Amino acid sequence: MEYDAIVIGVSSGGMTALKFIFSALPADFSLPIITVQHISANSDNEWIKLLNKKSNLTIKEADEKEKIETGNVYIAPSNYHLLIESDKTFSLTIDEYVNFARPSIDVLFESAADAYKNKLIGVVLTGSNNDGAKGIKRIKELGGMAIIQDPETAESSTMPESAIAAVQPDYIFSLEKIVQLLIKITQTIK
Amino acid sequence: MSGLEDVSQIQSKVLNDETFAYELLQDLSITVTEMFRDKDFYKSLRENVIPILKTYPFIKIWHAGCATGEEAYSMAIILQEEGLYDRATIYATDFNQHALNRAKEGIISNATIKQYTANYQLSGGKESFSDYYTSSYGNVIMNQSLKKNIVWANHNLVIDSVFAEVHLILCRNVLIYFDINLQNKVQKLFYESLINGGILCLGSKEGLCFTDFFEKYTELDKKQRIFKKKY
Repeated sequence: MEYDAIVIGVSSGGMTALKFIFSALPADFSLPIITVQHISANSDNEWIKLLNKKSNLTIKEADEKEKIETGNVYIAPSNYHLLIESDKTFSLTIDEYVNFARPSIDVLFESAADAYKNKLIGVVLTGSNNDGAKGIKRIKELGGMAIIQDPETAESSTMPESAIAAVQPDYIFSLEKIVQLLIKITQTIK
Repeated sequence: MSGLEDVSQIQSKVLNDETFAYELLQDLSITVTEMFRDKDFYKSLRENVIPILKTYPFIKIWHAGCATGEEAYSMAIILQEEGLYDRATIYATDFNQHALNRAKEGIISNATIKQYTANYQLSGGKESFSDYYTSSYGNVIMNQSLKKNIVWANHNLVIDSVFAEVHLILCRNVLIYFDINLQNKVQKLFYESLINGGILCLGSKEGLCFTDFFEKYTELDKKQRIFKKKY
């Protein structure tokens, strides 16, 4: 089974989790990663630059109509929903909050599932709400893979628990094991 | 809506019923907006744009795609605070008549006004925000003094043309919904509507670099996407 992209959804506790994952992935990691981290509408997105310094990959804010490319980690800008179009480019919208969030994980996941079908890996990490549950369900329905952080190891367990309640996940793992798994999956692609 | 059973029934109704087609279009259009959305943009507006506006004896401002009017009211507040309101006309346009009617009323729910107050303060507002509205029955209504120089008008960016020569155009988070061809078309309209040296404000994720008009402006504030038309 081959994959074309990874989407990650994370809320409270996300800064630590993302730093862990992105600093552990190698420079030749062969799948693009698109991430929604819940963040204040007034964030100036400086944290993305800090995260970039800790990583071998290029971590950047997703731009309107930007083409998704391997070797990049894209982060949804604050106060916009991030969607993926069928031509694998980004769309930003200012539509209503979904699950009290903008960007919303469900919005990214559902549009990504429609764009990538069974070539998509969805990852739900720490968080204290239920955003991402519907989205991960959609990913599974279209044949993609669902990876969920083990709630026992998550800073906030509610979001992984809600995702586990919504789907039959392929893996329930700690962050360390998620990283190992992603590297293994991409190596078999090569 | 409309008692249709499934999505495929929309097709024949759209083709045969002009009123329905129009109503559907209005329903599909995005009217989400906020007062003082993006604090850094409004700070920059006060610092970099207002001083330029002050040099003109009268000021014409166009809010293109104003939806329910929150940004036009935000502008009216800033103009009042900067002593410019009485020589300004704000054209606030949208193709969604329902949204325009709501904008004209200027009624906002109490729940959202709390957030707008925070936005206002974060964006450099120094007055008491509650002075700009009257509260009753769980809603607030914006002051008449903010409304008197706002002209609300139905205008479709895609099919309608230049209607005035203006000093400042704000069109924020509208063009993200347009493809590049449509963006070019709208940018042409903006370019032709601005005076030389006029100012164009786009949303924080929008730009000119993929359009034909990038060379025709200078960047007044690159990060906040504020552009000045070259002479």
